[in-house]
Amino acid sequence: MSKVLSKLPYEVQTEPVTPLSVLSLDGEVVNPDEMPELTDDQLKEIMYRMVFTRTWDDRAVNLGRQGRLGFYAPVSGQEAAMIGSEYALNKDDFICPGYRDIPQLVWHGLPLYQAFLYSRGHQHGGQIPEDVHVLMPQIIIGAQILHATGVAMAFKKKNEKRVAITYTGDGGSSEGDFYEGMNFAGAFKLPVIYVVQNNGYAITTPYAKQTAALSVAHKALAAGIKGVQVDGMDVLAVIKAVRDAAERGRNGEGATLIELLTYRYRAHSMADDTTKYRTKDEEAEWAPKDPLIRFGKYLESKGLWSEEDTARVKEEAKATVNEQIKKAEAVEKMTVEGLIDSMFETTPQHLEEQKADFQ
Amino acid sequence: MAQMNMKEAIRDAMRVELKRDTNVLLFGEDVGKVGGVFRATEGLQAEFGEDRVFDTPLAESAIGGLAVGMGIQGFRPIAEIQFVGFIYEAMDQMFIQAARMRYRSGGRYNSPIVFRTPFGGGVKAAELHTDSLEGLAVQTPGIKVVIPSNPYDAKGLLISAIRDNDPVFFMEHLNLYHAFRAEVPEGEYTVEIGKANVVREGSDVTIIAYGLMVHTAVKAADELEKQGIKAEVIDLRSLVPLDIDTIVASIQKTNRAIVVQEAQKTSGVAAEVIAQINEKAILHLEAPVLRVAGPDTVYPFAQVEDAWLPSVARISAAVQKVLDF
Repeated sequence: MSKVLSKLPYEVQTEPVTPLSVLSLDGEVVNPDEMPELTDDQLKEIMYRMVFTRTWDDRAVNLGRQGRLGFYAPVSGQEAAMIGSEYALNKDDFICPGYRDIPQLVWHGLPLYQAFLYSRGHQHGGQIPEDVHVLMPQIIIGAQILHATGVAMAFKKKNEKRVAITYTGDGGSSEGDFYEGMNFAGAFKLPVIYVVQNNGYAITTPYAKQTAALSVAHKALAAGIKGVQVDGMDVLAVIKAVRDAAERGRNGEGATLIELLTYRYRAHSMADDTTKYRTKDEEAEWAPKDPLIRFGKYLESKGLWSEEDTARVKEEAKATVNEQIKKAEAVEKMTVEGLIDSMFETTPQHLEEQKADFQ
Repeated sequence: MAQMNMKEAIRDAMRVELKRDTNVLLFGEDVGKVGGVFRATEGLQAEFGEDRVFDTPLAESAIGGLAVGMGIQGFRPIAEIQFVGFIYEAMDQMFIQAARMRYRSGGRYNSPIVFRTPFGGGVKAAELHTDSLEGLAVQTPGIKVVIPSNPYDAKGLLISAIRDNDPVFFMEHLNLYHAFRAEVPEGEYTVEIGKANVVREGSDVTIIAYGLMVHTAVKAADELEKQGIKAEVIDLRSLVPLDIDTIVASIQKTNRAIVVQEAQKTSGVAAEVIAQINEKAILHLEAPVLRVAGPDTVYPFAQVEDAWLPSVARISAAVQKVLDF
C-alpha cells in the first residue's frame, strides 16, 4: 500500500479490516463469541452438504468432459461460502444467484436434475418449483444484484419478514449494477444481502488488478449499508455473518454487503488453464484452508464425524448424481415450437407463422 | 367524455390502473412530487402515496432491475426512463433480463412491466433526448413495443400494456404530449396491442406510419388529395406485434405503399414492414415500397432537426414516386 503523505481533516479515511473467522486451520474455535448457535445434528448436516457438494462437483466436471453437461462452473473450494450462506437462510428467503451458484439453489430446494438440465440448455431447468424461492443462475455479471434489490423491495412493501440474497464474485463487484443495487438498497433500506465470493480471480484477472479499494467490503460504505469481510473458507464464520445480515434485514435495519474470502481450486469454467495465471505457491497457501478439512477436524474433535462418514456421503452423492443426470437425460428435448411459445404469454400471429416453418 | 391531450390521457391511464390494482406501482427519476420532467405523472404520488408512486436514485439500470425483481414477486411495475437516450443504460435489464424472463424460466416467471419513455424529434431538446430508438426494442425477442399517436389510443394502449403479463416498451412522442386534445372516455377501456388503425381511407396509395409521423402522413394525404390522389393512412400503434393483416388488406386495395419513420433509414421498422409486405403481398404491388426516414446519421443537433425529420414534402415526393413507377 502506498504511504499516506498527509491526512487532511476533510479527507475520507478508511482502515483495513480483519476478516471474521471462527475456526483455526486446525479446526479449533478461536473466536467463541462469534460461534453461531447450531445443534450437533445441524453441524453434521452442514458437513454432509459440503462433502456431498465436493463429490457432485467432481462428478459434474467429469460429466462435462463426457459431454453430458453443458456450461458448468466448478465450485470446489467454495463450499463453505456457498453452503454456509444458504444454510443461514430461511426457506422462504429468495436467492438471486450468479452463474457459479448452483449449490445454493439446490440446497434451497431446486431439484438436482433441474440444475443439470439448466447446464444442458433445457428450459425446464429454469422452471423453478412454486415453493422454491430462487431465480435461475444469471449470466450477465451483476444483473442479479438488481433483481435481488427488487425482490427485497417487494418483501418490504408486502411487510414480509423475508430477505433476498444475491451472489457475485470479486469481478462482479466492479460492475455498475453492483453499485446501483447497493445504492438503491441503502436509499430504500431494503432487506437484501449482497454476497461477494472473492475467490481471487475474475476468470484469470487477479483481485489486485480488479480494484484499488482496501477490500470489497469497503464498497458498502459508499452506499450507506453495512459491510463485513469474512473468512470464506470457514463455514461457521460464513453462517454467523449471513445470519446476522438476515436478522438485520428482517428487523428493518437494511442491507449488508458480505465479502467472503475464498478460493476456487479448479478453473473458472471448463475451458481455462489455471497454470497460466496461478502459482503452485499460491495453491499451496490455500490448501490448508480447505473448508472440508478444517470443519471436518472440528467435528472430529467433537466426535461428530469420521472418515467413514465422509466415505459414506461420497458414495451417496455419486449415486444421487448418477440417478439425477439420468433423470435429466430422460426429459424430452426442447423443440423450436416450444421455444417460440415461451416468448409471450399468448403467442402472437407472426410467431405462430414462424412456428409453422418448424413443424 | 373528457377532452384530454396525450399526456393527460397517459396520466389518466396510470391513475385508472393504480386505483384498480394495488400491485401496480410507478417509479423512476423525479416521477413523484414533481410528477416527472414532463409532468406526465403529476398528482399521482399525492393521490396514491409514496409507497405506490416513488422517486428512485438516478440509475437507469437499477430502475430496470428493480422492476424485474418486483415483477417476479407479483407487482406490476410501471418504470419510467426519463429520456429515451438513457435506455442504453437500462438495456440489459429491459431487453435482456425482463424480455427473456419467461423464456429462460420456461414460463415459471414473467415480467409484467411497462417501461415508459418519452422520445421523438422536432422539439429542439438536448442531445440523446429525442432519438427514435424503437428499432433496438423491436429487434429484441420477448418485449412488446407500443407507440401511440393520439390521446384515445394512448390511454387504451397503456391500460392494455399495464395489464399485459409480458414486458411492454411504451414510447411516448414528446411532440404529441401537448399537440392537441381529443375525446377520451372516463374510467377503464382498452385498445388492443397488435391492432393497427386505418386513420384515413384511400384507394391510390397506402402510407404506413406510427407516432408523430401519423400526423405528418395525414397532412401529406390532405395535400395529395388536392391533386386528386387518395392516400390511405395506417397508424401501426404497436410495432411488436405488428398488424401485417391490416397492411396487406390496404395494399390489396391501393397496390402501392410507402412507410414513414423518424428513425434512421437502415434496418429499422420500415425495413421490417416492407420485408413483410414482400412476403405477403408482393403480387399486389405495382411499385416498390419506399421508405421515408431520417438519414443514417447520429440524430442531429437542433439546428438541422427540422430538415432532418421526414416532412410532408418528402412524404408527398415518395408517394409521387411510387405512383409514377
